[in-house]
Amino acid sequence: MAQVNRRVLPGFRLSLGFTLVYLTVLVLVPLAACLLTAASLPRDEFLKAVWTERARAAYALTFVAAFVAAGVSAVLGTLIAWVLVRYDFPLKKFFDAIVDLPFALPTAVAGLVFSNLYVPSGWFGRFLVPMGVEFAYSQAAIVLVMVFIGFPFVVRTLQPVLESLDHETEEAAAMLGAGRWQVFRRVIFPAILPGIVTGFALAFARALGEYGSVVFVSSNIPGKSEIAAVLIVNKLEEFKYVEATAVATVLLFASFLMLAVVNWLERWSRRWDR
Amino acid sequence: MGSLTTVPRAAKAEDPAWIRWTLTAVAVLLLTVLVIVPVVSVFVEAFADGWTAYWDNLLGDPDTRSAMLLTAVVAPVAVACNVAFGVAAAWAIARFHFRGRTTLVTVIDLPFSVSPVVVGLMFVLLFGMQGFFGPWLRAHGVQILFTPIALILATTFVTVPFVAREMIPVMEAIGPDEELAALSLGANGWQIFVRVTLPNVKWGLIYGVLLCNARAMGEFGAVYVVGGRIAGETNTMPLQVDMLFQGFNSPAAFAIASVLTLLGLVTLALKTWVEGRKKDLTQSHEDAKVES
Repeated sequence: MAQVNRRVLPGFRLSLGFTLVYLTVLVLVPLAACLLTAASLPRDEFLKAVWTERARAAYALTFVAAFVAAGVSAVLGTLIAWVLVRYDFPLKKFFDAIVDLPFALPTAVAGLVFSNLYVPSGWFGRFLVPMGVEFAYSQAAIVLVMVFIGFPFVVRTLQPVLESLDHETEEAAAMLGAGRWQVFRRVIFPAILPGIVTGFALAFARALGEYGSVVFVSSNIPGKSEIAAVLIVNKLEEFKYVEATAVATVLLFASFLMLAVVNWLERWSRRWDR
Repeated sequence: MGSLTTVPRAAKAEDPAWIRWTLTAVAVLLLTVLVIVPVVSVFVEAFADGWTAYWDNLLGDPDTRSAMLLTAVVAPVAVACNVAFGVAAAWAIARFHFRGRTTLVTVIDLPFSVSPVVVGLMFVLLFGMQGFFGPWLRAHGVQILFTPIALILATTFVTVPFVAREMIPVMEAIGPDEELAALSLGANGWQIFVRVTLPNVKWGLIYGVLLCNARAMGEFGAVYVVGGRIAGETNTMPLQVDMLFQGFNSPAAFAIASVLTLLGLVTLALKTWVEGRKKDLTQSHEDAKVES
């Protein structure tokens, strides 16, 4: 690591001081406001607000949809990363670049477009709906937009891992008589698994809190197609701050847990590096 | 670096052609369905009624004009705040050892994992009438919630990590040697920063700004909650898209969406270009280190 141990360079106090003040005022104080509000509620009132039937349905839908979407993202993302790293094909650079589009596109635009593509008169809907595939305003649509915002995480985590894979191990396995599928399953897959899991966790964490795109594609019916973030907004609009804060606390702890998992995964996958 | 003698790769370690072609076709199809078709459809829908209708949708409505103006103010202010923060944080973290350094990096990443809606709620709990500072602010005649200030605060919260996250690894890769040399030659802190550090890290900084700006322009959940969605006053472009969509004015919603998509595409193009520059930069510094 290139760092200065003795504080020779100027500006340490200034830069660290500014960093700490900025983070405290902008991030930690609002976070504390949310946690303090939740903590100051009487215990049974908080528990009641956290565990209403409507809230339970929202948690279940959010977690299941985010989990399924992260799983789909992991599979599709692995395939896309593999093709982008291993094979050459026309317009490869273009396809590589557009993987990042979900990061650059406002979620509201993604929601708007996806809500429009799968309705019966939409570009995909006019083929899919006659076949009985009703995406629009269904729970599958929620998963679909979550895949859209999630799969780039998997691709971008996996690409450097695949690039750094050592061809010689694969060759050695092939020389020793392993078939291509065996090589993938026994040699390549174990090496890229931590990357896949990290990508999965990032996509999952992102999908848990997603609001902008989901609110467009879902019918947002309480207890049926209402995710946790939408429930928070609906409660806020009814000025039910207690219930909104209670649900937000659950979501907040879920995302902190995911952050911890991602950090741990990254350290775990780098454990052989030094 | 690679070995000097390149051994021809064993044929068996390559995928057979049919697998290569099938997987490539599937990947291209996936990206087409997930990314290309949606983007194309934004523009097709926006121009469905012709150019004049498009311009009318975009510029004829005063609320839409005000939304574009508001986004053009909120996003740059949020980016500017986070540039100042990112530079300071990178200087402290990449140039000095201190206790709690790793914790600090984790705290910088925190906003990434907080749902935008929860961010909005936090500011409501701070500045709302039943919030911590709300009554006091009200007594002093200051309104924060449902004003552009709340939009800026929420957007800045959500985009805190972008610049810092790009700056820290770039500054770590470049190392402090040149800055130390400048110091020994008598430069003061400001001179070191402007003349040595900034030219070295500029592509990393620009990259961070691009990502930060894209997210700031597109922020939806947090500003949805703190803005109160007052058309013509606290509606940014994404919020205006939502409002028009809810009002069954799809052509107008798509017209604004097309502008946002265009900005996203420009961001993507610039980003791809800057990525190359950034790689050259850190690479040349690493080579220089190997040589010395």
